[in-house]
Amino acid sequence: MANYTEDDLAKDLEQQEYKFGFTTDIESDKIPKGLNEDIIRLISKKKEEPEWLLEYRLKAYRVWKNMVEPEWAHVEYEKPKFDEIIYYAAPKQKKKYESWDDVEPELKETMKKLGISMEEQKRLTGVAVDFVMDSVSVATSFKEKLKELGIIFCSFSEAVQEYPELVKEHLGTVVPMTDNFYAALNSAVFTDGSFCYIPKGVKCPMELSTYFRINESGTGQFERTLVVADEGSYVSYLEGCTAPQRDENQLHAAVVELIAKDNAEIKYSTVQNWYPGDKDGKGGVYNFVTKRGICERNAKISWTQVETGSAVTWKYPSCILKGDNSVGEFYSVAVTNNYQQADTGTKMIHLGKNTKSTIISKGISAGKSQNSYRGLVQVHASADHARNFSQCDSLLMTDKCGAHTFPYIECKNKTAKIEHEATTSKIGEDQIFYCLQRGISEEKAISMIVNGYCKEVLNQLPMEFAVEAQKLLTISLEGSVG
Amino acid sequence: MTTTTEKKKSDFYQNLTTTEINVDSKDRALAEKVCEQAIIPTTKNEYWKYTRLTKLTKPKYIQQKEEIGDITSFVIDQDAFTLVFVNGFFNEDLSSKNKPSGVEFKILSEKEALPPLQATIEGALFTAINTKYLCDGVELVFKEKNQVKTPVQILHIIKGENTISNFRVLVKNERFSEGQLILGEFSEGGKTKLSNIVVDFKMEEQSKLHVDKIQFEDEETFHISTENIRQKKNSQFTINTITLNGALVRNNLNFEVKGENCESNLNGAYLLKGKQHVDNHTVVDHQVAHCNSNELYKGVIYDKGTAVFNGKVFVRQDAQKINAFQSNGNVLMSDYATVNSKPELEIYADDVKCSHGSTTGQLDEEAVFYLRTRGISEDSARELLIAAFIDEVLDMVQNENIRTFIDKIISARFHQNI
Amino acid sequence: MTQKKKIIEIKNLHASIDGKEILKGLTLTINAGEVHAIMGPNGAGKSTLASVLAGREEYEVTEGEVLFDGVNLLELSPEERAREGLFLAFQYPIEIPGVSNINFLRTALNEIREHKGETPISAKEFMALVREKSKIVELDAKLASRSVNEGFSGGEKKKNEIFQMAMLNPKLAILDETDSGLDIDALRIVANGVNKLRSDENAIMVITHYQRLLDYIVPDFVHVLYDGKIVKTGGKDLALELEEKGYDWIKHDLVNN
Repeated sequence: MANYTEDDLAKDLEQQEYKFGFTTDIESDKIPKGLNEDIIRLISKKKEEPEWLLEYRLKAYRVWKNMVEPEWAHVEYEKPKFDEIIYYAAPKQKKKYESWDDVEPELKETMKKLGISMEEQKRLTGVAVDFVMDSVSVATSFKEKLKELGIIFCSFSEAVQEYPELVKEHLGTVVPMTDNFYAALNSAVFTDGSFCYIPKGVKCPMELSTYFRINESGTGQFERTLVVADEGSYVSYLEGCTAPQRDENQLHAAVVELIAKDNAEIKYSTVQNWYPGDKDGKGGVYNFVTKRGICERNAKISWTQVETGSAVTWKYPSCILKGDNSVGEFYSVAVTNNYQQADTGTKMIHLGKNTKSTIISKGISAGKSQNSYRGLVQVHASADHARNFSQCDSLLMTDKCGAHTFPYIECKNKTAKIEHEATTSKIGEDQIFYCLQRGISEEKAISMIVNGYCKEVLNQLPMEFAVEAQKLLTISLEGSVG
Repeated sequence: MTTTTEKKKSDFYQNLTTTEINVDSKDRALAEKVCEQAIIPTTKNEYWKYTRLTKLTKPKYIQQKEEIGDITSFVIDQDAFTLVFVNGFFNEDLSSKNKPSGVEFKILSEKEALPPLQATIEGALFTAINTKYLCDGVELVFKEKNQVKTPVQILHIIKGENTISNFRVLVKNERFSEGQLILGEFSEGGKTKLSNIVVDFKMEEQSKLHVDKIQFEDEETFHISTENIRQKKNSQFTINTITLNGALVRNNLNFEVKGENCESNLNGAYLLKGKQHVDNHTVVDHQVAHCNSNELYKGVIYDKGTAVFNGKVFVRQDAQKINAFQSNGNVLMSDYATVNSKPELEIYADDVKCSHGSTTGQLDEEAVFYLRTRGISEDSARELLIAAFIDEVLDMVQNENIRTFIDKIISARFHQNI
Repeated sequence: MTQKKKIIEIKNLHASIDGKEILKGLTLTINAGEVHAIMGPNGAGKSTLASVLAGREEYEVTEGEVLFDGVNLLELSPEERAREGLFLAFQYPIEIPGVSNINFLRTALNEIREHKGETPISAKEFMALVREKSKIVELDAKLASRSVNEGFSGGEKKKNEIFQMAMLNPKLAILDETDSGLDIDALRIVANGVNKLRSDENAIMVITHYQRLLDYIVPDFVHVLYDGKIVKTGGKDLALELEEKGYDWIKHDLVNN
């Protein structure tokens, strides 16, 4: 965070409109819109998938067809028309890039606008980037270096071809296709995503990063991510999202599965910055994501997210603490402005003995937005000495927004200790005045106070993500104090 | 509150006779409609997520009048003005004769017409049943500018196999009135009974009411309470719900704070044993600015007991300067005890201070050990610590007589394991 | 002797809060190089004066004028006043969780510099300045990287206020009951810090209820504020006299005159 100066902040503040609103013009290979078994067969065929995966998809589709779209979340939106969605779109050029020079200039330009100039990424940060353009990944770097350590980090399609056994063994084990409406849909139609495998005892030396983008007009995005950390391994995985500005709603229903085997640790960080719709609530991305991890003995999964985008968000990164002494963490900042709606939180399922979970959730509501925390802490009878601490704070910036907290606490073990605290308050006028008295402008004062309020969460992010997250918070809350 | 998943129709109240009391005609029509649909909420309904009604709805209930000999053991405050109801019907002989001034009461069956109910009937099966099959009840009015120092004590006793008591209390505090009310809910023998009680509190401007509700029914009694409190400006309302026994107890407590500068206090204590199930569902709806609410619920769960707490605080848009505090604490005493706690905040105004907390755990073993090193037996040490835990709520019961009554039951519980 | 430069001129200042008048025609001029003590009983309007000068919006100025280095102070927003060189050491410094002192001060300093048309301070210069100025109040260097006032003791908070004053180098510093809650050692450190910052270019207004602080920060003038007005002005001896005789003496005096 040291490199980020107040001047950078000031510059960012000048950019009123959504920074990443543009559409890259790359020819796409599309299939007809709508969904049926033939479409699924087509997707599978185009991707040259093995028979078992097609069966998996078809089974998921049949499950999905009999499901009803859930309505329990504290959000209101026009339901996606599933018949209008194009479920597959891939850039026509199927060729893989051997080196950075092979990538089209147009694509490089796209990445520059995203603020992740790959040259710089490679040179300065040592972050391997798996860039996902719509659904098929088109650029991967640092693969060789990772290969030396036996780390697999590739697109999901590639993994299906190259490491079918690993994929088959783990796919759907944390998020079964029957889990929920959108997980079932994703299981039927997912086109690509990322796959990561860290072998036994290996500590991944660099942050693994995937930048997502939704690019093809009218294309639903169904990402699938699977991270497997074998015994005693460690990985830090970054996920960042931006999307082009456009009017029609875009559905994003990803599934992320994390598997942390005995003594392994996975740190999964997300900065989400998809198009939130305009000031009148028109357009914007629907973000209905299922993210879940499972911890075996002594394993740890840590979810960190900074969410500022999307028109409607529905997201509960969760941990199943199956193994004894396993640890689950959830750190979240969710900002909503204008007409955005977010219903987000986590589930911590304590099964093993001495399992621990921590939930730190910071919600910031501005404009006419609605921001809800929904969380479940469930202690099963087997989870002796389970421990949970939850802190859910909400900050209100205007008198037209809403901040809501819906925690569910279920305990069946007497030795468990569960503490939940939540507060809702207005941004402190005394704090703002104190800053003003030191010569700091109101806008900057608010930015400072908000970033301070979120610090516990921002501190969990890797450095470069933290900087971006700070900027995002400021941009998202611009002119929002009522 | 109903969802499409609740298709099951039930006839557990089909043996009941429609009330002859003059309930409000719109209420009656609505109640007829809801009873006709007879949809029993399942746990898929968020409002009943943690409470199964299967057992409760199995018996074919009947309304019946019963006699009772002696009420000594049910009298919570011997100095109070007491009204006794058995199975929802008034028992004049057992009730007090010397009514204090400043308060009036009228038995509902003697009234020409009942006012419309504050509590919602639409989608609320038990309130609908209470309306359609109302046994009887009482209307209580604290008169304008009167400070009634003598507490009014309403004792409700349910008795006899398969009895249902649809009992209703309508309390009105006129402007500038002050009163104290004790609600005692008891039982005397008979299998599978259901107390279905609806209480409306109408708090006019600047009025004040303190309510202590003591629930001490047997393990054969199901209990559904629905209390609706409507507060006008500058009014103060406090209710302490103390649940000491029962099979399945569900308390629905709904505050509608409609006037500025109101104070709403709701506290609860529950001690569960056996397979008891106690579910406290509270809603505090802050509709206007400048009000305070304080909520504290604490429970100790033994054996296979299940405690449910669902507290919701609403702060509506433009209801600025609200301070709302909510807290729920639970201690689990057995390997088979369960707690489900759901403290919720739904806030649509910005200049507010709201917080909630929920803790679940066991007794502090360090503290138990410490007491034992000072020569206190392990049982006594636990008793002391549990008492200390629950006292925070019981201390809100200011009336000494009531406190003595509660303490006696709790103490007996500790010593004879009743 | 040349005419001293006027830092602040307060003329017939009337201010009220929630419709209640607190300041009822206060007049006071402070020149460069001077230290003025404002003393008075509780409720006399001492903290109101500080709040009005700093620009708290709850207070309404109903009459009067304030010139700050020739500029109409009352027309400026709180941050503009600060940038013009008015510093208020808060009686109860505010905690801002998660915002480090360093980040806070650097932002403030740069905004003030920008206002003066200067370039932002470099990180190196800034850190050097922090080191230099934190010595003035013996502020533990560790505190500089902690969140603004969060978890600070009462004494540390007050030291931090003076440290900020040192960093921002104001024309006029208003110390609002800076002595409240300080033990003798802390009081001495804070006062020494203030003394080191005294110069011919700036001025200090010390608001206090007790004379004790004035043993360390020796004022050129002592004013007694009573019922929203300055009712008596004298040298440093007046403070001693007040300490000895109490504020009742002033009341008595007022009634008799």
